[in-house]
Amino acid sequence: MVAHLVFVVLVLVSMTLFLWKMSSIVKQIKLGRPTNRTDRVGERIKTMLLVAFGQKKMFNRPIPAILHFIFYVAFIITQIELIEVFIDGFTGSHRFFYHAGLGAFYTFVISSIEVLSVLTFIATLIFFSRRNLIKIPRFTSSDLNGWARNDANLILLFELLLIIFIFMMNGADEADKIWRSNVGYGFAVSQYLGPLVFGQINNVDLLHIISSIGWWGHLLMVFVFLNYLPYSKHLHILFAFPNTYFSNLNAKGKFNNMESVEAEVKLMLDPSADPYAASPATEAPQRFGAKDVQDLSWKQLLDAYSCTECGRCTSVCPANQTGKLLSPRKIMMDTRDRLSEIGAKNFDLNDGKSLLGDYITPEELWACTSCNACVQECPVNIDPLSIIVDLRRYLVMEESKVPTELTGMLTNIENNGAPWQFSPADRMKWTEEN
Amino acid sequence: MAEMMAAGETPDVLFWVGCAGSFDDRAKKITKAIAKILTHCKVKFAVLGTEESCSGDPARRAGNEFTFQMQAQMNIQVLNGYEIKRIVTGCPHCFNTLKNEYPELGGSYEVLHHTQLIQDLINTGKLSLIDGGTFKGKKITFHDPCYLGRANDVYKAPRDLIESLDGELVEMKRCKTNGLCCGAGGAQMFKEAEKGNKEINIERTEDVLESEANIVATGCPFCNTMMTDGVKNFNKEADIQVLDVAELIAQAADL
Repeated sequence: MVAHLVFVVLVLVSMTLFLWKMSSIVKQIKLGRPTNRTDRVGERIKTMLLVAFGQKKMFNRPIPAILHFIFYVAFIITQIELIEVFIDGFTGSHRFFYHAGLGAFYTFVISSIEVLSVLTFIATLIFFSRRNLIKIPRFTSSDLNGWARNDANLILLFELLLIIFIFMMNGADEADKIWRSNVGYGFAVSQYLGPLVFGQINNVDLLHIISSIGWWGHLLMVFVFLNYLPYSKHLHILFAFPNTYFSNLNAKGKFNNMESVEAEVKLMLDPSADPYAASPATEAPQRFGAKDVQDLSWKQLLDAYSCTECGRCTSVCPANQTGKLLSPRKIMMDTRDRLSEIGAKNFDLNDGKSLLGDYITPEELWACTSCNACVQECPVNIDPLSIIVDLRRYLVMEESKVPTELTGMLTNIENNGAPWQFSPADRMKWTEEN
Repeated sequence: MAEMMAAGETPDVLFWVGCAGSFDDRAKKITKAIAKILTHCKVKFAVLGTEESCSGDPARRAGNEFTFQMQAQMNIQVLNGYEIKRIVTGCPHCFNTLKNEYPELGGSYEVLHHTQLIQDLINTGKLSLIDGGTFKGKKITFHDPCYLGRANDVYKAPRDLIESLDGELVEMKRCKTNGLCCGAGGAQMFKEAEKGNKEINIERTEDVLESEANIVATGCPFCNTMMTDGVKNFNKEADIQVLDVAELIAQAADL
C-alpha cells in the first residue's frame, strides 16, 4: 500500500516537473520570429523518417553510428518493459504481461531487451572511453569545457545504472523462480546471469528485496532521466523529430530574404514613388539581423535545443580546422545557453546582456566562409550558418561594424558594380585580349 | 545583348560573366575558354557587357542586405527587360544567387553553371573532344566549390566532364559533400582571414598533394585563385596546374 502510494506520487511529481520545464522551453522557442516551415508536408515527413528515424546522416561515420543505433533501438524497445513497470506500479501486480498469459512472446520481448541492454552497456563503455580515454578531438576541444563535458558523462553514467538495475530486477527474479520451481523465466541473459550472481542467496525474501531494488532503481532512473532531459543536451532524443520535420528544404546556398529591406530598396528604385509619402509602418520596425535570441527565428531556437553537442559541425568547419575562433557547435550551445538564461530570468529581455557580445564575438562570426559544411554534417539538420549570417547582418546594418577590407568591397559594389575598383566600362575587355 | 536586342534577335542563353570573369586576369582566361566553347558549338549566346553588375553575393554574405537588394533588383530589371529565360554563369556564386535568391525578388530564370551547360553540349553531340592525348597519364582532381556542391548539390557534371578527358580522375580524401572550402567564400575573398594557425587554402592544398594529382580542376574563379596561391606556397607550380574545367575541355577540344 505504501509502495503503491509512493509510486503514484513519484509518477505525478516527475511528470509535473517535466511538463512544467518543457512548457518553459516551448515558450522560449516561441520567442523567435516567425518563419514558414509548414509547407511541403510530404517532403518534410520523408526528411524526418530518413534523418531522424532512419538516422541517415549518422551513418556517414559508421562506428559511432552503429553504437548510437544500438542505443536508439534499445531505448525504443525498453519502453515495452516500462509499460509493464507502470502497470505493475499502478496495480500492485508483478510482471503483469507474464501472468496475462503472453508466455513465450513475453520471454522473447524481455530477452530482446536484455540482449540490447548488454549491447548498450558495452556501447556505453566504448562511448566513455571515446570521450575520456581515446580522447577523440571533437570531444576534447575547449568549446566543451565545463558543464557540457560533465553533462555527456553523466548521461552515460545514468545509462549504466539503468542497465544494472534492469539486470538486478530480472536476475533476482530468475534466481528466485529457479529456486522455487526449478524452472526460470528463460530470459536470454538473466537466466544465466541471475543464478550466477544471486544463485548463492537461498533466501526468497532477500531475492525479493534485490528484485525490488532493481525495479525501483530502474523506475527512479527513468524519472531522473526524464527530468534531466530538459536541462541536458540529451533533449535531442525528443527534439530530433520536430527539428528534422521543420528542416530547411531549400538549396543550402539560398540565404533567407529580408523582406523589409527588399521593400525599402524597391521604393528607392521606383521612380514613381513619392519620397515624402508617410511611411506605412504602424509598429516599431524590426531590428535588422539578430543581436539576441528573440531576433532569431523559432526554428533557429529549436535548432539550439535540438543540438546534442556531438561536434561533427565543428570537426568539418574549415575555419575551426585552421585554428580560428569559430566553432559552429559553440554557436548552437551559446544560443541555447542565452535562451535558457532568458527563460530562467522570467523572460526578462532587458537584462543588459545579449547573444552577440556576451556569448558570441564578432571575431567568430567573421571567420565563417559560409561553406555549409556544418549544415551538411549535422545529423539532425541544424543550421548554424543561418545564425552566423543573422548576427553578421546586425553587426553590419545596425552597428556598421564591418571589417575594413569589406567596407572597401561594399563601397566598390555600390560605386562601380564590382567588388574591386574597376570601371564597368571595362567589363568587355576580356574579348579584346588574347 | 543590347546589340542583339536591337537586331531583333534573342539569344539561346545569356552568359553571365561575373566580376571575376570580367576583371581578374586569371579568371578572364576562364571566361575566354567558356566563350570559345559556346562559339565553337554555335550556341547563340549574349553577354550583358557594361550592363552587367555584381550579383550581390559578397554583399549578402557579408551581412549587407541593402547592397545586395540594390544589386539584385537592378540586375533583375535589366534581365527582365531583355526577357532573359536562360542563363549560364562562369562562377558558382553568381550561379547560386541568380538561381536561388533572385526568384523571390521577381527574377526567375533557368540558371546553369558552365559545367552543366558544357556537359549538355557533349551529351547532345554538339561538342566532341579530340583524343589528342593532351591529358594522357595525367591525374586530375576536382576541387568542389562550396556554392556548386553543398549549396546546390551539383557534383556530377564537372566530374563527368573530367572523365570524358583522357586523363584519370582522382578524388581528394575530402570531396563532394565532404569537400573542404578553399577559404574564399562568405566574402572572405575580400578580407584577411581571422587569426588562426593556418590558411584554409594551405590546408586544402595539402589534400591536393596527398591525392598526387597533376592538375587541380576548379569550377569557380575564387577557388582557382586560392588553389593557385596554395600550390605556389608549396613551390609546386611546375608539377601541379590549377585549371578550370572549362579550360580543360577547351584544350581537349583543341579550341
